[in-house]
Amino acid sequence: MSKYHVTTTINGEPVEYLCEAQQTMLDVLRDELGLTGSKEGCSSGDCGACSIIVDGNVMCSCLMLGVEAEGHSIQTIEGIAQGDKLHPVQQKFLEHAALQCGFCTPGLIVAAKALLDVNLNPTEEETRYWLAGNLCRCTGYDKVIRAVLDAAAVMRAEAGR
Amino acid sequence: MAIDGLKVVGTRPIRPDGVDKVIGRAAFGADMVMPGMLWGKIKRSPHAHARILSIDTSKARALPGVKAVVTAADFPSIPSEEAFMGEGPMNFRDLSRNCMAADKVLYDGHAVAAVAATSQAIAEEAVELIDVKYEVLPHVIDVEAAMAPDAPILHEDLFTSGVEPKPTKPSNIAKKVGFTKGDVAAGFKEAEVVIERRYTTQPVHQAYIEPHACVVSAAPDGQCTIWSSSQGQFMVRAYCAKLLGIDIANIRVVPAEIGGGFGGKTLVYLEPVALALSKQAGRPVKIVMSREEVFRGTGPAAGSVIEVKLGAKRDGRIVAAELLLKYQAGAFPGSPVGPGCMCAFAMYDLPNVNIVGYDVVSNRPKVAAYRAPGAPNSSFGVESCLDELARMLKIDPLRLREINAAKDGTKTAHGPTFTNIGYVQTVEAAKNHPHYKAPLGPNQGRGVASGFWFNIGGESSAACHINEDGTATVVEGNPDIGGSRASMAMMAAEVLGIPYDRVRPVVGDTSSIGFTFLTGGSRVTFATGMAVTQAAEKVVVELKKRAAMIWDISPEAVEWKDGYAVPAGANAGNFEPLSLAEIALKSGRTGGPISAEVSINAQGAGPGFATHICDVEVDPETGHVKILRYTAIQDVGRAIHPSYVEGQIQGGVAQGIGWALNEEYIYDKDGRLDNAGFLDYRIPVASDMPMIEPVMIEVPNPRHPFGARGVGEVPIVPPMAAVANAIADATGMRMRDLPISPPKLRAALDAGTLKEAAE
Amino acid sequence: MPRLSFAAPRTVDEAVSILAGAPGLAKVLSGGTDLLVQLRSGRLRPDLIVDTKRIPGLIGIREEADRYVIGAATPGVMISDHKGLERDYPGIVEGTDLIGSTQIQGRASLAGNLCNASPAADSVPAVVAARATVVVAGPGGSRREVPVEAIPTGPGRTSLGKGEFLIEFHIPKPKPHQCDAYLRFIPRTEMDIAVVGCGVNVTLDDSGTCVDARVVLGAVAPTIVIVEEAAQALIGHKLDADTLARLDAAAQRAAKPISDKRGTIEYRTKVSGVLARRAAAIAFERAAAR
Repeated sequence: MSKYHVTTTINGEPVEYLCEAQQTMLDVLRDELGLTGSKEGCSSGDCGACSIIVDGNVMCSCLMLGVEAEGHSIQTIEGIAQGDKLHPVQQKFLEHAALQCGFCTPGLIVAAKALLDVNLNPTEEETRYWLAGNLCRCTGYDKVIRAVLDAAAVMRAEAGR
Repeated sequence: MAIDGLKVVGTRPIRPDGVDKVIGRAAFGADMVMPGMLWGKIKRSPHAHARILSIDTSKARALPGVKAVVTAADFPSIPSEEAFMGEGPMNFRDLSRNCMAADKVLYDGHAVAAVAATSQAIAEEAVELIDVKYEVLPHVIDVEAAMAPDAPILHEDLFTSGVEPKPTKPSNIAKKVGFTKGDVAAGFKEAEVVIERRYTTQPVHQAYIEPHACVVSAAPDGQCTIWSSSQGQFMVRAYCAKLLGIDIANIRVVPAEIGGGFGGKTLVYLEPVALALSKQAGRPVKIVMSREEVFRGTGPAAGSVIEVKLGAKRDGRIVAAELLLKYQAGAFPGSPVGPGCMCAFAMYDLPNVNIVGYDVVSNRPKVAAYRAPGAPNSSFGVESCLDELARMLKIDPLRLREINAAKDGTKTAHGPTFTNIGYVQTVEAAKNHPHYKAPLGPNQGRGVASGFWFNIGGESSAACHINEDGTATVVEGNPDIGGSRASMAMMAAEVLGIPYDRVRPVVGDTSSIGFTFLTGGSRVTFATGMAVTQAAEKVVVELKKRAAMIWDISPEAVEWKDGYAVPAGANAGNFEPLSLAEIALKSGRTGGPISAEVSINAQGAGPGFATHICDVEVDPETGHVKILRYTAIQDVGRAIHPSYVEGQIQGGVAQGIGWALNEEYIYDKDGRLDNAGFLDYRIPVASDMPMIEPVMIEVPNPRHPFGARGVGEVPIVPPMAAVANAIADATGMRMRDLPISPPKLRAALDAGTLKEAAE
Repeated sequence: MPRLSFAAPRTVDEAVSILAGAPGLAKVLSGGTDLLVQLRSGRLRPDLIVDTKRIPGLIGIREEADRYVIGAATPGVMISDHKGLERDYPGIVEGTDLIGSTQIQGRASLAGNLCNASPAADSVPAVVAARATVVVAGPGGSRREVPVEAIPTGPGRTSLGKGEFLIEFHIPKPKPHQCDAYLRFIPRTEMDIAVVGCGVNVTLDDSGTCVDARVVLGAVAPTIVIVEEAAQALIGHKLDADTLARLDAAAQRAAKPISDKRGTIEYRTKVSGVLARRAAAIAFERAAAR
């Protein structure tokens, strides 16, 4: 069983690994690189718990092969906070109690961060549709949406808009 | 008794495990690795009902990298033995056969063998090399089809219990239960209006986002470590001990963070199998279910038939009520038909009641608890029927409930007499809520429904340790599925009088804290909170003793105020208050470490009641239903951490809405599950839901030190009827079969239109 | 899948040569949003995966004088963000945008959606309604341009031969008063496979009368259905109650759906009519406004 050598950038750091062709990026993150923050909920791209950001676009790491990462720039949940400074989305999730079991939380935070990277003033409806690919079974989404909208407000204020 | 002047309880601090969870550091079941670990994989039956003729594992064993292969032969034979486990009985022989099929497979997805290998790919290949020969048998899934006299029989040794004379022919009807109050025949004679209706539901899954996972290590001397995400590490320990014949003390279960359970993780599937593999291989084994395995191989809620008959006076008083429930138990007996019977009329004070329920096995996965198990089904029927009755009588549906409401002192049909309940308050609050009077537009409708869950107490242990610097560690034994850890720290902080973030809660493993019953039954804030509070109170007693020692006065002369020992009045002496930290610092010289552990069997869990209001908009051309607005009013006793109580309400509502509109198990003609994934098992997504307004009414439970009652399960009980009633209001069409998916609603509307046109 | 291999060719001809010469089953990987699901579930067991995304031109959108050229592996998010496409073909953008979630949009491509050949593919009806063509590369340097509807031949099957793959889509610039719309019905608000899909592209004259139309249904037959009768119901007419009724009836007659876990025959047939009417109304409104 031959492996492929991949060089890529994850959370700003250069990373190298070996993987088999059929290993998804999620498999590589969790089983080869010890980055277990991205979760496997379905392995069919339906739940979003494995969400990562690749070259600025949020996608399911279970729908990407590990070998495809060559030369790209990847951000995972582990790279959302800057050291011990939480991203506003993370802080607001805590303040709004937007998590109960916390399993879908990494995927939601990555997806929400990707939204706020392109739109600092989303409406409730836009936010709900953007996050429709992130399944949550615990919260009913109410506090999640409030947290994201509040984070957007904080980020708008910081940007002086 | 509401306690004023609380400093921590009732506030909304950030949960202590929150940062770990938002940065991806929290460790769930699949996040653990152990050195030398193997990957396990399970072989599952493709047939809904079949005899296992032979299992040939030789090719799998011969595959390089395969270190262990197990079948039912590797598990001890367990006699049929029933133990009460919280909200439903558990037969350990059945549990063993569910984890690994013995002579028969009873559902598509039933485990028949398992392998452990050095990589996931090899394990998958090995599973395919296991050759199982089946004799396929006719199968039956629908509950009434399974009850029919000529139905294929799942268990030749299952005879219906609860009927006289004792049957001699095996049946799929495992049990008949029920109870009566008063005289229904007389009641119906007295009634001025009688309504009789039939409702049906399909099986639905808890659909937690985290698939089951564990990493298990069995040493040659029989000592085992299990890392798993479950709703109870002590349950995992007990069940594994039972199923594998191991001494309980030889198993240590470390609870991972759990990614949702809702009752579906109150039993074991993987851990006993992983133990058997690990024992054989001599290495740790990790097994993680795929999403497909979760749907095919773990227990959904019961599909059901609910027949309701109500007799009432024209003024709205219900004088007679009858209920017939038929619940699917899945492959082995044990549906929650009992609680379904108990909860259906619990919020009403009815003079004459007759309830009968049947527990029926059929060829789908064994049922597992799902949030207020049994109650959502029966309440869907009863609360819909009440709505139909209200329309018949031209009485407002909330008024109808008010007229018949149970109050303090009501003796329920299922036995207990209510004290300190808040049902009427939820109905009042609904009537007065602006939502109830808000205007509706075209194709829009409004529905209301009520719900009840009895909540449990049970065994809990908790320890409170004072650390040398005056911080405190609270150890308890309940996996945190909804933010309970925060509430434990809050209650302890309140008692100790120190800031919340100087109290750190820990969910301990089975070797680190006393026996604790699992997380379920809405019991943790109540029962474990009681244990934590008592442990903290014992610590306070000790702290006062130590202060007395330091001051050389009697302990009776010391009071504890806001985290300080103070002399109880001028007579005790003129001493400066001693902080907890100062006492802690001196603890080595005043008698040693200050800590207390408490084990209790908490009694007096207060029941929960709710009334919900739901607005929908229907697109009559497509049958699509949009939830416009939802208000959920619930008596929560006392909200220790209001945000997490709100969260429980909102989460339960969302699940109920999914159950009402789109969730169902779809089987093909061979009894195979057709929608074993999140694509076609449709749970609500963020864009499906509006904001959900939780209204918390606090009627404190006097049996809990802070007045808490269980809150987690009640919220899932009313939504299905609330949605169905709203759809009836919007369209005039009464939907009595769940889910109310668009094709069904469109077909019903068309049929209704045809009927109108024909008349 | 222990013997799965992976290749990421840098030119079209290299890709063709690898595909044509592959001893076992070779599958093209664009966005992977169907392929990886099928790999994982065991439904597909290829020996070789050929990633086309590193070939220049396979990802990217070019606006030329008379047409748009969309690289076959271009992800949906790029299509949705393209101002020109959004203005000229909101229906195509809608259809592409509806494929799955935001995460799926980061990867899913027109080529993948087309070649996976699900009858319910969301991007296909509007692309076909636009009379788009696609360029197929093949052995011996072959490049052939065919109508998009020539590619899918049945559920999961295409007309592509061994060694062939799609390199780019050509969408003609719309005429004045020409515009499109795509609607689909799903039980939730997102994340479902279309139970019925309908793409409508109309060209109007200055008075608002339809002079050209294409009505395409998805998810109600083994492949998309170009409903000639529905187009005829529109051409020469304004969108009045009569026209809508004839359009509805034509769409229902053309629908040949199955009953499955997503919908019944009766339901899909009725909803075909509903969506045709609603999509046509939007397309007419947009076309008049151009």
